[in-house]
Order: sequence, then C-alpha cells, then structure tokens
Amino acid sequence: MPADERLTVKFWGTRGSIPVAMNSAEVRRKLIAALLRASGRTLDTPEKAEVFLERELDFAVSHTFGGNSSCVEIVTGRRDYVLCDLGSGARVFGNDVLATRGPSGNTFHAFMSHPHWDHIMGFPFFMPAYASGNRIRIYGCHADLEEAFRGQHAAPSFPVDFSRLPAAIEFVRLEPERDYEIAGLRVRPKLQHHGGDSYGYRFQGNDKVVVYSTDAEHKLDDLAEIRSFADFFRDADLVIFDSQYSLAETTSIKEDWGHSSNVVGLELCQMARAKRLCLYHHEPVSDDERIAALLAETRRLEEITRGDRRVEILAAFDGMEIAL
Amino acid sequence: MDLTQKRYADTVVLSPVGRIDHSTSEGFKAALEPYMARCAVGLDRVLLDFVRVEYISSVGLRVLMLASKQAKTQGGSLGVAALQPAVKEIFDISRFTMVLDVFPSVRDGLARLSPPALAAFDAG
Ligand SMILES: [Zn+2]
Ligand SMILES: [Zn+2]
Repeated sequence: MPADERLTVKFWGTRGSIPVAMNSAEVRRKLIAALLRASGRTLDTPEKAEVFLERELDFAVSHTFGGNSSCVEIVTGRRDYVLCDLGSGARVFGNDVLATRGPSGNTFHAFMSHPHWDHIMGFPFFMPAYASGNRIRIYGCHADLEEAFRGQHAAPSFPVDFSRLPAAIEFVRLEPERDYEIAGLRVRPKLQHHGGDSYGYRFQGNDKVVVYSTDAEHKLDDLAEIRSFADFFRDADLVIFDSQYSLAETTSIKEDWGHSSNVVGLELCQMARAKRLCLYHHEPVSDDERIAALLAETRRLEEITRGDRRVEILAAFDGMEIAL
Repeated sequence: MDLTQKRYADTVVLSPVGRIDHSTSEGFKAALEPYMARCAVGLDRVLLDFVRVEYISSVGLRVLMLASKQAKTQGGSLGVAALQPAVKEIFDISRFTMVLDVFPSVRDGLARLSPPALAAFDAG
C-alpha cells in the first residue's frame, strides 16, 4: 500500500439477522418532523434545504441507518476490493462497482464471519459474479462455507446454479489465530461464540488496524476470554462490533443467542485502548430513533466511565464511510 | 469484597463499597452467596444498598442478574436501592432497570419488599 494511502471503511449493510426496509409510516413521521422544524424558514433552493437538513435536523429525522444485512468494505488504496461478509449490502456494493469500475476485470477478497444466511444472502445478487473476467476469493474458517454458498444458489431456492456463475470463484480456508498477508493487509481470524461458530478478523494495513467482530457473544465471567478479545482489539483504530442486544437481554432471555451489547463493546474497547467503537449488526426491530438513542446512550456511558483515554463511539449506517 | 449487613425484621440490607468490575466481581459474588442461599420464600428478603458503589461493569451486573434469577426460583425477593447518579445511568443504559427491582432509597426498597422491615427501619 502506498504510504500516503489511508484505510477507509465503507458500510454497505449494517443490519443484523434480516434486511429491513423503512415503511411509509416511518417516512411520513420523518417528513412531518422535518416540516415542523422548517416552518417559518425560507428554504427555496436545494442548497438551503441541504444545509438545513445537515445542520438542524437530527440524524434519525434526516437520514436512516438503512436496512441491508452485513457487508463492510475496507478500502486499501489498491485495486483489489476487500470485503467483510456478503449480506444483502453486497448487492448494493456490486452495483456500485459496475457503475464505477465496469463489469469485468476486478478482484474481490471477501472475509466471511460465518455462513448464516444474513451474511451470505447478497451473493446471488452480487452482479460481478455474473461476469467472466472477475475473480472472487471467499475466505473463511468454516469447513462448510462453500457448501452454504452453493446451497443458496441451488434449486428450488434460486434459478441460477452456483456452477453456472461465470466469474472465477475460489474458497480459501483460513485458520484462526494465524496471520495472513492478503490484498496488502495483514489479516488474523479469531474464533467467537455464536451458534455454529463465527470468526472475527483483525486487519492491519498502513499502520492502521480495523477489527471486524460481528455475531459474537462474550462470556463475561470468563476473564481469560475477555482478555483474549481485549488483545484482539488492542490499539485498534476502529472496532466494528455486534451490539444487537442490550446487556440485560444478553444476560437473561437472550443469553446464548450469540450476540453482544453496546456496554460490552465499550468495555472491551476501553480495555484494549481502541480508538473507535462502531455499533453494528443492528436489531431489525429497532427504528432509526431507537438506534440513534442507543448511540447517544453509548456515548454517555463512555463519558461517565472514561479513564485516561476517550473512545469515539459511532453507529454504523448503510453508506457510512470512515477514513482512518 | 466485604458486605456490611443490617437486618430489619425479615430483610437483610447489604452494602457493597467501591467498584464492582472485572477485578472485584468474583469477590462480590462470593460475599453475596450465603445471603442469596437464604433469599427464599419463608426466609429472608435481600436489599442491596448501592449508595457507596461508584461503578459497576457488565460482569458485576451479571452477578446481580444471576442473584435475581436465584431469588426468583427460590420464591425470594431481591432489590437494589440508592444508586449513585452515574451507576443509575449504567443501569438504565444496560436496561438493568427493566429486569431488576431498583428503588430510589433503602426506605423505598424496604417499603416494597417487606412492611415489617419498613416498620423496623422507621423504628430506628
Ligand atoms: Zn448475523
Ligand atoms: Zn449469525
């Protein structure tokens, strides 16, 4: 990677478990809130309206966190694309590649947390797979990863069998707790608690560290495990963290459901001296107000529990970009 | 962790002190255990006076969750009272106020848990 290149992280899908879409009632709620805030203002040009939206409306009114399932891109400055998971956000990413780079001649490296449906479901609609001249390398630690991808393309669930995809597609089995050099990044997978197992990835490139850790439950009474995750997150510039449930849920009715909370994400980042925590894999039931409130609460928690170092708190939304 | 205890009729008020985090929660759990064993129908009710708790982490909250589950299966009652503002915020953000019985003061907690205990508390 050239020395002047930074790492940028782009979020194409941030929703957990299943994609969701905003409905008309929610759109109307946002419009009514925006119109009320705008009453008495002269917003007679697109520019004025734009400034008003950005400066005067809350994020949950002027935006949406979006509803595509897990897919994150790490932009390294090299020509090859690097992705984490191929949930429904991969469909949007693939279309963007077609629009900006053309249909063919591209290489993709996709690191899979696990083969649960919400993490692979974008692949049948990932247009670069339908063009020869594209190369797609799918990395993961699960023995049955390829089977899962082939299964969702098979009849009667999908009309185009995997074997008929024109792109050159390879599956690459990785081992946890080992370092790999892939696409200009040093990559290290780590086993996580989740139904059928999941793996987090620590990416290092150009002195920046991004950790992708989704679909992971943390056993709070296992100090050795907590320490091993603090090491995995150590000094990271960005930790992308599954915060689907509240801490109370993960220790009661949703214990062993395989997900974590904002509270545990923050504690791990504080122990690890990580710079940024990004809340991710949002609960499908949560609307924009609820996720915005979760973000505000997590920022407040960081404030009241801060030691000698601040952790910046973000909540991922579809379309968000973070330059590290 | 030392838990000072005071008894009011059928209710034991326990007072932890300081931070309940990864380094102290095991001790907190161990200190709580004998009281939780007796937190059952026909035996004691337990109220945790949190006025001197400065911080509680996820692992400390988990100890409270386990204690609360134990109380429920034994038909006992467990409450937490007098949270400092920062600790109250931690309870709110983690949603523990939705799953534990949290009271503004020890007196409020006793009033809810046990009328005889409240009478004993008010009698000084
Ligand atoms: Zn998932
Ligand atoms: Zn999963």
